[in-house]
Amino acid sequence: MPHRFSLSLSLPLVGAALLAGSVAPAAAETTLRALFMAQAAYSEADVRAMTEGFTKAHPDVKVELEFAPYEGLHDKTVLAQGSGGGYDVVLFDVIWPAEYATNNVLLDVTSKITPEMNQGVLPGAWSTVEYAGKRYGMPWILDTKYLFYNKEILQKAGIAAPPKTWEELAEQAKAIKDKGLLATPIVWSWTQAEAAICDYTTLLSAFGGQFLDKDGKPAFQTGGGVEALKYMASTMESGITNPNSKEYVEEDVRRVFQNGEAAFALNWTYMYNLANDPKDSKVAGKVGVVPAPGHAGTSEVSAVNGSMGLGITSTSKSPDAAWDYIVYMTSQPVQNAYAKLSLPIWASSYEDPAVTKGQEELVAAAKTGLAAMFPRPTTPKYQELSVALQQAVQESILGQSTPEDALAAAAENSGL
Amino acid sequence: MPSAWITTRAWLLMLPLLVVMVAVVSWPMAETVRLSFTDAKLVGTGGAYVGFDNYAKLLTGRPFLLALKTTTLFAVLSVALEVLAGVLAALLLDQEFRGRTLVRALMILPWALPTVVNAMLWRLIYNPEYGALNSLLLQTGLISGYRSWLGEPTSALWAIVAADVWKNFPLVALIALAALQAVPRDVKAAAIVDGAGAFARFRIVTWPYLVGPLTIAVVLRTIEAFKVFDIIWVMTRGGPANATRTLSILVYQEAFSFQRAGSGASMALLVTLIVTLFAVSYIAILRRSAAGS
Repeated sequence: MPHRFSLSLSLPLVGAALLAGSVAPAAAETTLRALFMAQAAYSEADVRAMTEGFTKAHPDVKVELEFAPYEGLHDKTVLAQGSGGGYDVVLFDVIWPAEYATNNVLLDVTSKITPEMNQGVLPGAWSTVEYAGKRYGMPWILDTKYLFYNKEILQKAGIAAPPKTWEELAEQAKAIKDKGLLATPIVWSWTQAEAAICDYTTLLSAFGGQFLDKDGKPAFQTGGGVEALKYMASTMESGITNPNSKEYVEEDVRRVFQNGEAAFALNWTYMYNLANDPKDSKVAGKVGVVPAPGHAGTSEVSAVNGSMGLGITSTSKSPDAAWDYIVYMTSQPVQNAYAKLSLPIWASSYEDPAVTKGQEELVAAAKTGLAAMFPRPTTPKYQELSVALQQAVQESILGQSTPEDALAAAAENSGL
Repeated sequence: MPSAWITTRAWLLMLPLLVVMVAVVSWPMAETVRLSFTDAKLVGTGGAYVGFDNYAKLLTGRPFLLALKTTTLFAVLSVALEVLAGVLAALLLDQEFRGRTLVRALMILPWALPTVVNAMLWRLIYNPEYGALNSLLLQTGLISGYRSWLGEPTSALWAIVAADVWKNFPLVALIALAALQAVPRDVKAAAIVDGAGAFARFRIVTWPYLVGPLTIAVVLRTIEAFKVFDIIWVMTRGGPANATRTLSILVYQEAFSFQRAGSGASMALLVTLIVTLFAVSYIAILRRSAAGS
């Protein structure tokens, strides 16, 4: 089916290309189409500026950029592929290589990665692009969820240090609530989307849970997996969590936090410098960041692997130019130059004063947090599993179902 | 009795259109039917024949039946409210008053908005922190604190219905208004002279003129409502806890997010079947009203 579809779809394209060819002079120019994300990490302006740097160095290559919200990234990539291609370079989340590799969406680039790259990049970052021993791109955004806190509110509540455990977080939030400083001190991204699973994964790792057992069967409906969801539901029930969290994505969390309406927020790296920007934020200069808390007996800190990579699609007509572009975008000088919204993948960058300057606190949190990154399950059926888990999270925080029942149902519907 | 040449010519003239129709409708449709009996993936494998497995799984699975229920509820609520609001607006705009033309033109605006824009606007209105709805209800004392309208399963569907009604009632109003123009003024005047009240005049004089065009509006809107996707995708993506996951969202998830083109196709065909039933009834109504007049 896909082959015949691609034929019928490509006919008008060929026509368009012929038309264009009759107008434009026949230049030996390569055009790359790249799909990026307009949400968290590098801003659209950053990506455009980086790309400009690349095209300056490669005048024969033109790069057409397209930006999609995170929620549309996977489907756009797969749909383009299903209809014969369209993109040369795509941004992909750590949870997709298994599926992309199984369905031949991305090229295997294992042999293109040089020993220098291999040694220079943080070891944990490689898991972002790996499946079954092969690499399907370069890690680009190295990210995890941190616990952000409003220093001023904590000070007013008489809290000396940010929480080290999730239990402590609940106590501190309750103290802030009881003192009348904020009605609902914690904000999260718990809408029915992948964002909720990132928060759940962070908690699951803290409580020592596992997504899958050694046979690849669901295990989140037992032990730490249940504890994590119970914790989420209990903070909602006790009113220390902002109830609007159930319809929030990361950008909503940032808005609430930088309006000073939350004492604690779980969010990605990019929030640090945006919430510290006085132009846009009411809490500039009061933003604290630490690794997400741990749980006595099972963890010191917790973190989810929310990294993303850049890969070449298997339908790309110019895989070599695409690889040059990826190498440029992920190179250490480029990443160091744009390290305000996303920290580099290169180990030595974390000692570089040009990178750490003005964000020492974030870099300190990153050193611990990135080392503790917990993966979401690597399975070609991840999307189904995630949708089932999203439903379980929502049913529990809405009080429609107990965490035990909701997770048992999710295990049943996960397709695994 | 048309001559053979006239028949041939008619077919020849229609040929270009028929070719296009076959290319863009019949062929993809046939492909979808074929796919629905396979376990094909969106990319990669072509899929093997699995008989009626896809259909059996759908009809026995909870997600499909739940989505069918949600879709039906959405369609019934939104169409009913659109007809009510549309008829009331049409009656009002049928009155003679200064600036009537302006108001008639203004009323079309919501309908002219792209659905995605409309959905974004309503998301702002429903925003739990600074939304206009919360502000309005709080200041009039109807609620005691800001609420998360799209975050609660009970209110989310209603919230989307309201946004859909706002966008689509102008269509019903336009159709009803056109029908109202046909009501003879002298019959209305005679009814007033005979002492009929406003409601009786509506029921006996106006309604018979409205019922035909309204039926068509209802059928058209029901078909549209059953296929609803974009407004929900933008506003809630099927959440919270799948409370607004309609059939089209489920089809999208199955075929594109989960990449199961086979079972996605079978689901899409079932939706098509339901919508076709409405379409057939639409044609039957048209035939009947044509025969009646």
